[in-house]
Amino acid sequence: TPAMADKLGLGRAALPEEIAAWDKDVRPDGKGLPVGSGDALVGEEIFADQCASCHGDFAEGVDNWPKLAGGMNTLNREDPLKTVGSYWPHVSTVWDYVNRSMPFGAAQTLAPDDVYAIVAYILYSNDLIEDDFVLSNENLADFELPNVGGFFVDDRETTEYPQFSAPACMENCKDSVEITMHATVLDVTPDDLTDDD
Amino acid sequence: MTNEPTNGTTRRGFLAASAATGTALVAGGAAAQTPDPLITEVQEWASGLGLGVDDAPYGMPIHFEADVVRRNVEWLTADVISSINFTPIHALDGTITPQGCAFERHHSGAIELAKEDYRLMINGLVDTPLVFTYEDLERFPRVTRTFFLECAANSGMEWAGAQLNGSQFTHGMIHNMEYTGVTLRTLLDEAGIKPEGNWLYVEGADASSNGRSIPMEKALDDCMIAFKANGEALRMEHGYPVRLIVPGWEGNLWVKWLRRMEVTDAPVESREETSKYTDTMENGTSRKWTWVMDAKSVITAPSPQMPIKHGHGPLVITGLAWSGRGAVTGVDVSVNGGKTWAKARLAAPGQEMALTRFYFDYNWQGEEMLLQSRVTDSTGYVQPTKAQLRAVRGLNSVYHNNAIQTWWVKTNGEAENVEVS
Repeated sequence: TPAMADKLGLGRAALPEEIAAWDKDVRPDGKGLPVGSGDALVGEEIFADQCASCHGDFAEGVDNWPKLAGGMNTLNREDPLKTVGSYWPHVSTVWDYVNRSMPFGAAQTLAPDDVYAIVAYILYSNDLIEDDFVLSNENLADFELPNVGGFFVDDRETTEYPQFSAPACMENCKDSVEITMHATVLDVTPDDLTDDD
Repeated sequence: MTNEPTNGTTRRGFLAASAATGTALVAGGAAAQTPDPLITEVQEWASGLGLGVDDAPYGMPIHFEADVVRRNVEWLTADVISSINFTPIHALDGTITPQGCAFERHHSGAIELAKEDYRLMINGLVDTPLVFTYEDLERFPRVTRTFFLECAANSGMEWAGAQLNGSQFTHGMIHNMEYTGVTLRTLLDEAGIKPEGNWLYVEGADASSNGRSIPMEKALDDCMIAFKANGEALRMEHGYPVRLIVPGWEGNLWVKWLRRMEVTDAPVESREETSKYTDTMENGTSRKWTWVMDAKSVITAPSPQMPIKHGHGPLVITGLAWSGRGAVTGVDVSVNGGKTWAKARLAAPGQEMALTRFYFDYNWQGEEMLLQSRVTDSTGYVQPTKAQLRAVRGLNSVYHNNAIQTWWVKTNGEAENVEVS
């Protein structure tokens, strides 16, 4: 068989316009942010128009839709409330996600200034900025969210693997076994399909 | 016209009858009292004609199997677009998941993307950023490999206690397919990775984008794109025409409708790896980048959706085992809630990061059972109990629940999802 070259020569070079259209991700250090700015006062209007029907006027969430504000200091409690203010580590992620994937059902319809303003309003709703604070590509990466230090890299190799790789017990592993919880007590499972007959 | 036996004994009839009399048939051992008309009388299908070969150009399961379908649990999510459904693992056997009932998880719905409209971009820290058409991708050297895809949230509703009553609901955010496609190493080599390119950011063509960061070491090790699954094109809901395959790692990383791969020198820390797919510990701090799915197993039958209907005697106890760390090397089964264990039989030797079927042939005499399975993988990792996991993680980690499952089988053959001491 003929010798294969290192590369097959498939595909073609991507054009700058094409890369610009699709490469929109923003990193914690601000890399990827377009030029622009907005404050919470402007953001409040856009939010009321585009976001509040699901996320509430104050980003507090409607029904089961995600709450974007509140829940401070609940992460170590039963049923923690995880929001941008209480849980998210980076403002860059808020900008990136709103810009690319919101509003739900009409994503990628916001201009950069709109996104800065909406993100400012979400920060304001979390009591993290005053309403006249202007968020921009210049200062976004410097803004630190409360839970920025709340994450650590997967440590299962040291905290779990050693104890979960001990030889397994086969005989006389425990003296007694009691049922401590029943799923049927909650009764939240959808009915058997054949029950509709 | 019906799948019910002509003697009128339905599944429910049987359960009611055996409950009423307090006796149970000895399966296969009872002598017939009267000749069986299904044998002695010529049946319609043995005399008339069946359907022609043009009846079903692409066939569906026979209607008797109408309950072997994906199920939705409404209360789990705010709507059905960014939501989950469940593979009917209770009713399946072997290891390959039929695509038509393999679970779905979307964040902005299942999109329709034609091959003609499909583009894949590679950009970032590469020698030459590239654009591929679907036709281009089919010209690369191909590989075919079988892997499980398990949602990071599989069994997540069970962290706080026994909630959903059936293996489909507790363990059905999983499927296992034979994929055909191209390795990422092959694709990335075509663009040429720069030395500082340590991460790969991958995103889909849908509105949610589902962007995730993957260390380059993993990308070049065993990741691939797939355009075929179980022999045919991917289903729309599974990423048609191209999805990412990330063996052993949480399903969220398996980006569907893959449109772009960006070589970077740092993770993006996107929404799907900060707000979601991070695991909160008891003290309120959270693990991030919990990519690997640990070793896990579940007995699929008997189970709450699969009661024992045949009475006492031989009983096939069967289930699935898998590990994102490697291959399944053994499965133990307990019928008494973990007091004693015995080795199950693997249907075939475990394959790396793929589902393994196990069987445990048992002679059931109508006693209550607390059924459990426990897998060991090729790294020596043994599936933990929920108590062991909770001792490390607490109750709020949402994802990565690989705990041992218990089914309480009652004397009438019905089973329930329970927790035991």
